Amino acid sequence: MSEKIKRLNISKSILLDCKQTVKDFSLAYETYGKLNKDKDNAILVFHALTGDQYVSGTNPITNKDGWWVTAVGPGKAIDTNKYFVICANVIGGCMGSWGPKEINKKTNEPYGLNFPVITIKDMVKAQETLLDHLGIKKLLCATGGSMGGMQLLQFCATFPNRTFSAVPIACSTNHSAQNIALNELARQAIMADPVWEKGKYYKKNIQPKNGLAVARMVGHISYLSEKGMQEKFGRKLQEKADYEFSFDADFQVESYLRHQGFAFVERFDANSILYITRAMDYFDLSKQFKGGLVEAFKNQKTKFLVISFSSDWLYTTKENKDTVIALNSAGADVSFAEIKTDKGHDSFLVNEPEFLKTLKGFIDSMHIKFKNRKNEKRI
Amino acid sequence: MKKEFRVIADLLPKNIRVLDVGCGDGSLMSHLIKEKNIEARGLEIIEENVKKCIYKGLSVIEGNAETELHQFPTKSFDFVILSQTLQAFYNPEKVLKDLLRIGKSVIISIPNFGYWKVRTSLLFFGKMPVTKTLPNSWYDTPNLHMCTIKDFFDFCIEKKININKVVGVNEESTSEIKKSNLEIKNLFSKVGIFLLK
Repeated sequence: MSEKIKRLNISKSILLDCKQTVKDFSLAYETYGKLNKDKDNAILVFHALTGDQYVSGTNPITNKDGWWVTAVGPGKAIDTNKYFVICANVIGGCMGSWGPKEINKKTNEPYGLNFPVITIKDMVKAQETLLDHLGIKKLLCATGGSMGGMQLLQFCATFPNRTFSAVPIACSTNHSAQNIALNELARQAIMADPVWEKGKYYKKNIQPKNGLAVARMVGHISYLSEKGMQEKFGRKLQEKADYEFSFDADFQVESYLRHQGFAFVERFDANSILYITRAMDYFDLSKQFKGGLVEAFKNQKTKFLVISFSSDWLYTTKENKDTVIALNSAGADVSFAEIKTDKGHDSFLVNEPEFLKTLKGFIDSMHIKFKNRKNEKRI
Repeated sequence: MKKEFRVIADLLPKNIRVLDVGCGDGSLMSHLIKEKNIEARGLEIIEENVKKCIYKGLSVIEGNAETELHQFPTKSFDFVILSQTLQAFYNPEKVLKDLLRIGKSVIISIPNFGYWKVRTSLLFFGKMPVTKTLPNSWYDTPNLHMCTIKDFFDFCIEKKININKVVGVNEESTSEIKKSNLEIKNLFSKVGIFLLK
């Protein structure tokens, strides 16, 4: 199964935020569409917490749809007939990139908790090498929602000239106390599972399924809105006429959470959740620059479109607007749109027509500008 | 394009930075970018208009000028434009102060309540005026603080706001308004355009 995964071996040394220097590790990635001659149609997508490199089409490992088929594919908002779409699995992940379940060459055992604690910046540094490998100097656009958006903001701050435009979606420049708390809940659920054994469960070829499933359930609650959840489930019972006076899943919402939780353990590694959520919690762009956010976004030539969703309580419109204010203060070129929807944080992943139209409209108009700009340079 | 926009465009030098507050569907911004190589940004409250701007590749921020102007740094634009919306704010004075803080210069246009058709509507028919520039009825108008060109003139003097130039616009022509012709222009201009510093 792993031969289906495209991997780049990163041979140059990268200094991680935890001060460890690493090299010769793998970054799994996938591409869609074709890079044109002028190389002006490349779009980099950063995935969220539980995503992977399989943005569109069918994920060859799970045989399910790619995680962003609603937005990426032939004829979609990010049209792969027109654009060359790139996505890499973050380091710390579990879809072929260097992560806690991979074998540590020094010990010949899976890393487990010996894997270094990585950050959003480390993830982004690794992915930048992929652009070099693919021969792309400047992207037409880079985008991502949630943790993908956080990676994008980091990418723009660390590599200010690598993308012509950027669409950070439903994200923030630092993780709020509420989001850290929810992540801690997920981690505690995993670590409380006796199977976890301080991350050494690989030896027995098992997963701390119960803990990981609970972690996923927490996530799923936070991705919906109160109204959306009420409309979808209400107090409806799961294929039964009345309460069963037991602790089985009587309610549809319970059944939904259990299903989501236990489907997740089939495709995701528990230790990866620990590492990636930690990276999100440590994310604070203003802390990295002495002058704060204004310094982080200084000299940006990138054209930004920040998008938020009205019912998102994980990364609220206010937080997204704070990013806009920071970009404005730094004199960056920034647009902002709030999509009115009941679908909560999940809005960017589901079929939300107003969002998809806005995304398409922006990227298409940026493509025209990017081409014109390149032509002007040639003259 | 609206005559008013043409007057505004003529007041602007080339190659500057402009913030269009209440930019609508971005038609003024598009014109300024194309004709004057201006770096234009917009602030717009109506979601549909915001999207129209984005589709055109214009930079626009969805937001309310009444409460969200604080996000723009002091003197971050050469000119700030506010077209026919000052009268719709709860607190026009506060908004105007913010505009003067953000821009090195400010262009404000106001629908003139002193226009003769407006005056006659009230005088002869005893009814609140409905005209092309004031198309709404009294019960559904967004305009909370209607004023005349003369009112705004006096307001600027009272608040020690420097008036650089005033242009009156009506169907036939545009003309400069000075203290000497204020009374007559206040009667015959549909819209007044003020350049403030």
